[in-house]
Amino acid sequence: MTENGSHTEKVIEVRGLKTQFGDTVIHENLDLDVHQGEILGVVGGSGTGKSVLMRAIIGLKRPSAGSIRVFGVDYLEADEETRLGVERRWGVLFQAGALFSSLTVAQNVMAPIMEHLHPPRALAVDIAAMKISMAGLPADAGAKYPAELSGGMQKRAALARALALDPELLFLDEPTAGLDPIGAAKFDELIVNLKRSLGLTVFMVTHDLDTLHAACDRVAVLAEKRVIACGSICEVRANPHPWIQEYFGGVRGRAALASKGVGADAARQEAQ
Amino acid sequence: MSAVQTLFDIDIEGDLLKLVAKGDWRAPNLGQIDGALRDFEDDSMGRDLLIDVSAVERMDTAGAMVLQRVLRACQTRGERSRIIGAAPPHAALLEQVGEHIVPCPVEPARGNAFVAMLNRLGQGAVEAYFASLEVLSFVGFALSSAARVMANPSRIRWTSVVYHMEEAGLNAVPIIGLMSFLIGAVVAFMGAKILRQFGAEIFTVELVGISVLREFGVLLAAILIAGRSGSAFTAQIGTMKIREEIDALRVLGLDPMEVLVLPRLFALVIMLPALAFLAAMLGLIGGGLVAWSSLGISPVLFITRMQETIVMSNFWAGIIKAPFFAFAIAIIGCFQGTEVKGSAESLGQRVTLSVVQALFLVILLDAFFAMFFLEIDF
Repeated sequence: MTENGSHTEKVIEVRGLKTQFGDTVIHENLDLDVHQGEILGVVGGSGTGKSVLMRAIIGLKRPSAGSIRVFGVDYLEADEETRLGVERRWGVLFQAGALFSSLTVAQNVMAPIMEHLHPPRALAVDIAAMKISMAGLPADAGAKYPAELSGGMQKRAALARALALDPELLFLDEPTAGLDPIGAAKFDELIVNLKRSLGLTVFMVTHDLDTLHAACDRVAVLAEKRVIACGSICEVRANPHPWIQEYFGGVRGRAALASKGVGADAARQEAQ
Repeated sequence: MSAVQTLFDIDIEGDLLKLVAKGDWRAPNLGQIDGALRDFEDDSMGRDLLIDVSAVERMDTAGAMVLQRVLRACQTRGERSRIIGAAPPHAALLEQVGEHIVPCPVEPARGNAFVAMLNRLGQGAVEAYFASLEVLSFVGFALSSAARVMANPSRIRWTSVVYHMEEAGLNAVPIIGLMSFLIGAVVAFMGAKILRQFGAEIFTVELVGISVLREFGVLLAAILIAGRSGSAFTAQIGTMKIREEIDALRVLGLDPMEVLVLPRLFALVIMLPALAFLAAMLGLIGGGLVAWSSLGISPVLFITRMQETIVMSNFWAGIIKAPFFAFAIAIIGCFQGTEVKGSAESLGQRVTLSVVQALFLVILLDAFFAMFFLEIDF
């Protein structure tokens, strides 16, 4: 998508962001754009503030400076109603799923539907059933409580809840962490399929190199309190920054590249 | 109704039903037409249905789902039903959603309400039986651990014990002091009012002294500690259980009983007698002040009268119960904590159970003590 430059609309626009906890500065002067219809992968070492960036964008962590615009709305200055309008257009998948443990999976998915749309219950049940199936869960999972599900199924259930209101923008915090490679690959596939069929824009925080190769259109690298590189994987790989070189050039980085078959020759040459 | 009309029209052309969908078929608008569409699904008996979506301006997955659902309902009877005129993005959406029209249960199946009630009753009884066995085994386990640790006092975790003594004991002083002061005052008031009718005001001293020393002081302290610390123990240990911290302790070779339960147990057993003493004293002061202000019994007279008529056994009968109450509260609090499973709801249930059971046990023990003291004339 980057190549043909077809996207013009910026869904998320972060400018000069500064966040801090007490005296510890997490981000400083951070700029980031997410375009309509792309999957952006945000990578970075532990503690570089990937999750904090996501929390800042969705309004859970108040920045100390800078502006964040989502769908063109400056979240910090918007009034309550505009903000609610924006919130209904995005879905968030938290790292640990954050399913309500006292509700069944179906009730979890129905919660935002009932709360925001007030439909007849039967319609909400139908919508929830569809989302649960779309997230790749068997139908009988609907009546189960989160504690009865495996880690991968919890992630899927949380995804179903994130998709409940047909969001245009999806935030995923390490969606494949803790999944086995097969489960993770299926999850990547699911995200790409959903993006394609529903026209989603996805902001994904991840560590998973395979996910980056399999799912992401663009990659943003977080280091030194800001985004040091942003572009397609090939572009980012070309960046000489030592962390990037170590990340993509390490054993795992080359393995992920080789398995994807993209530039396998290059990887082989590097290996020699 | 007008909004409904703007979303679809129904035409009947001979044997063929035609549903013309138009406008904004997105989730917020569907609520108002869902009922009408369900009626339509039931009414369309045996006719073929043609759904024309060419006039639909916007559609989301929920809209596509509803259209597919109507289509399926009719397809079972009229095989030539289909959707026509979908714009490419809508067609893609309809196709994508079509694979996911699967009914899905919302809650675990529940049978007949009466049977379910009987079932719950039986289950409750069986659970109560096993729970009491488990509490007993927990008590035995705690006692044997305590004995083992006592035999080797260097294994007592003093830091933790002192921390809980402060948290559960010292920090509870103001509230326990205030409550027992007020109760002492109330007892004196009520007693004075009634005893005056017989000209026996002076017996207010015995009334306050015996009731506060024997019962109220220690009971109040125990009840407040059960509500304040028993619940806290359950919540702390329960949260640790949910976060697998208890398992982590165990695999690190640390005995959760020694690390978590015993310090809390020791702290309460040490502190509750002290709190009971404090409560008794403040109860006496409250009663004494009321006697002085409303009956004219001076503090000197009050104290002299107490020394003459109230034997020390009343005081000891109160204090001696405190460690037993403390044991019951700490054991129930910790036991319920270890029984927490998975969810936030379970934690809430267990904290409630912990307080209720601790209070129940405290009152029950108190009754046993009362009978016991009566028998031995203490």
